[in-house]
Amino acid sequence: MVTNVTSFGRSGLYDWVVQRISAVILLIYILFLAYIFISRPDMQYQEWRALFANNAIRIFSLVALLSLCAHAWIGMWTIATDYLTPKMLGASANKVRFGFELLCLLILFVYFVWGVQILWSI
Amino acid sequence: MKDNRPVNLDISTISLPLAAYTSITHRVSGVIVFVGIAILLWIFNTSLGSEEGFNQIKEAMTSPIAKFVVWGILSALAYHMVAGIKHLLMDSGIGETKEAAPVGAKITIFLSLVLIIALGVWIW
Repeated sequence: MVTNVTSFGRSGLYDWVVQRISAVILLIYILFLAYIFISRPDMQYQEWRALFANNAIRIFSLVALLSLCAHAWIGMWTIATDYLTPKMLGASANKVRFGFELLCLLILFVYFVWGVQILWSI
Repeated sequence: MKDNRPVNLDISTISLPLAAYTSITHRVSGVIVFVGIAILLWIFNTSLGSEEGFNQIKEAMTSPIAKFVVWGILSALAYHMVAGIKHLLMDSGIGETKEAAPVGAKITIFLSLVLIIALGVWIW
């Protein structure tokens, strides 16, 4: 079993499942947005706003935002642990990787708070 | 950690199959989307914030640079999505064999190219 203090659920299997569930949610959300854009080619502001002011769509967007953050974290963590290694970077690799992971977390936290603010200020 | 664990093979000395290139592209496209989400959120925020903002975005999207940037992010997302669907199919046991791998890789490249071209047509 993969265990690492910086992994999402501190278990490789847990991360694996979260990565896939969030992927399916994001896939459905992307298809939903694509349908909106294709079915309303000449959308005006009122219609665009009314769409996301709808509570069901707002909550769907929040679920997609949460999925995005979890999915991106697991993905960036995977990349960091694969490439920012002592083999690639030498002795400072652990510090570099930890710094990179913190930066990713910070960015995702900003995305999440920003996204919530956008959705709840409509 | 035990010091007798096996060392990874040196990937730079290995001739990679097509599926390996689609796999690394999946990672690269994921990183592009990770960064690109900032731009998409900014567009989302501005377009929903006010009618002026909405028209500003419409106006900005007439510039070739803006079109190219948005096309780039959405192309990375499209590729990541197609390669991700292949991943999910392989997780459920479809196309896992050595023979199926290059076929799956070719389908991934073909479908994402179709989507990327369609996105280009839609944006321009």
